Amino acid sequence: MLVIKNLNTYYGQVHVLKNVSLHLREGEIVALIGANGAGKTTLLNTVSGITPARSGIVSYRGLPVQDLPPHRIVGLGVSQVPEGRQVFKPLVVEENLELGAYLLHRNKEGKEEAKKNLQMVYELFPVLAERRRQPAGTLSGGEQQMLAVGRALMAGPRLLLLDEPSMGLAPLIVQEIFRVIRSLVEERKTTILIVEQNAKAALNLADRGYVLDTGKIIMEGAASDLLVNRDVQRAYLGRDKKEIWER
Amino acid sequence: MTEAKRDILGFLLFAAAVLIAPFFFADSYILNVLVFVGINTLLAVALNLLLGFAGQISLGHAAFFGLGAYISGVMTAAHSFDPWLAMLIAAVSTGVAAFIIGFPILKLKGHYLAMATLGFGIIVYIVFNETVDLTGGPSGLPGIPNLSLGEFSFDNDIKNFYLIWAFTLLAMRISLNLYRSRIGRALRAIHDSEVAARVAGVNVKNLKVQIFTMSAVISALAGSLYAHTMTFISPASFGFNFSVELVTMVIIGGLGSVYGSFMGAAILTLLPEFLRIFHDYDIIVYGLLLILIIMFMPGGLAGGFRTALERLSRSRKQGAD
Repeated sequence: MLVIKNLNTYYGQVHVLKNVSLHLREGEIVALIGANGAGKTTLLNTVSGITPARSGIVSYRGLPVQDLPPHRIVGLGVSQVPEGRQVFKPLVVEENLELGAYLLHRNKEGKEEAKKNLQMVYELFPVLAERRRQPAGTLSGGEQQMLAVGRALMAGPRLLLLDEPSMGLAPLIVQEIFRVIRSLVEERKTTILIVEQNAKAALNLADRGYVLDTGKIIMEGAASDLLVNRDVQRAYLGRDKKEIWER
Repeated sequence: MTEAKRDILGFLLFAAAVLIAPFFFADSYILNVLVFVGINTLLAVALNLLLGFAGQISLGHAAFFGLGAYISGVMTAAHSFDPWLAMLIAAVSTGVAAFIIGFPILKLKGHYLAMATLGFGIIVYIVFNETVDLTGGPSGLPGIPNLSLGEFSFDNDIKNFYLIWAFTLLAMRISLNLYRSRIGRALRAIHDSEVAARVAGVNVKNLKVQIFTMSAVISALAGSLYAHTMTFISPASFGFNFSVELVTMVIIGGLGSVYGSFMGAAILTLLPEFLRIFHDYDIIVYGLLLILIIMFMPGGLAGGFRTALERLSRSRKQGAD
């Protein structure tokens, strides 16, 4: 589905991603975990075309996409839920969702598909249907995250890139959003690459995981293995925290 | 009543009010001022597409207005082109110029975009002043013919009023349609978050250049209309001050609101006329009023108007209970 090979991305002189390679199989949930500043968001932005790579290959369904602009990549079926939600605050909920289907709205068949996708999003997140005429800025944090996910789903993606969907949300809301993500994979065979600081929640959801540290992949494996790995536990899951406190 | 019906009805009422206005103001001085309200509204509506919809600042819009006026003026006064043809050429060539400078300029954001458009406006202003052989320089360009349809010449205020407001109403209608459309939503999305608009599939770079070009073309049309109405133009009308005044109109009226652009243009055109009674202090009162409007109506006149209407309908409902 997605193969990334020897990817290098820079911000000006700063070398952010260093020879990153990873892959996703169709229908898989893959978690990318790591500390602040490890390059998780940059990796997603490189895949979606927002921050183009300097070298390396991003191949989506066998097609090299590393040099394509973001709107072309969306058109191929890759949608991103950006970090910090970034819903369009002055626009009402339904306008936000329709923007997610911006490319579909170009022609008639697309419009029909967008209508179906809108129904699907309202079924997944009934609260959005209740608030369809409300400006997005008036929603709660959790509702805005649901809207951001819903907006990405409006394009009918086959690959969904999720950037920190749990950020700043209550545990119950996070569960609700993760439940929807799981159902997407089960019912619509969507493939998911999820970036999280909440490593435990992400690994519980995912099939496989990668650990990114200062721009390099330092570990990969089945999510269940990573969950019990002592190094991962120490660095990202809070193992041994007690002793550190006591010392 | 559906939203679409309310939109059409509101526009028809507005258009009707504009079209009967001359019957109440037979006085030629006021009529002349209303002609200017029309031109300024057209310009504010054009700038609102860029500033209010897409959230991109331009401090050089007077240059596009000036390019329209001067291309029309020079072609007709010095080279006897047909005014309508000159107007078309002015609009197209200004559009091409905006399209070409749009690509590098619109990569910039915020203050940097303000500086770049400011620089463009100043360059064009200097060209108007210095190319004396072509434009007449600071002393201006006289002898621009009126527009005419066959034997019918737009040679007085009442005729020009209807001519200009026909264009202005058309531009307003196009803006209103654009606002609710797919492209309008995308523009408003760019206004709020460019990154999110890009990951939603919007080609942000192209769309910004397109709306910049459209805004410039409408401004150039306003310039041509101005030149053919006044029959005389000079660089002073197209300087930095006027660019700032246009931005003020859009903000005072309410960013993103088409009727707000009209209100802003009307207030800024009419106020100086009414403030004459304050003699030398008029500029102080003018500034004070602008500050008060922005302080108490952060959404501009259109926002304030909407809040007042909502309050009124709420209190009426409570009265009925």
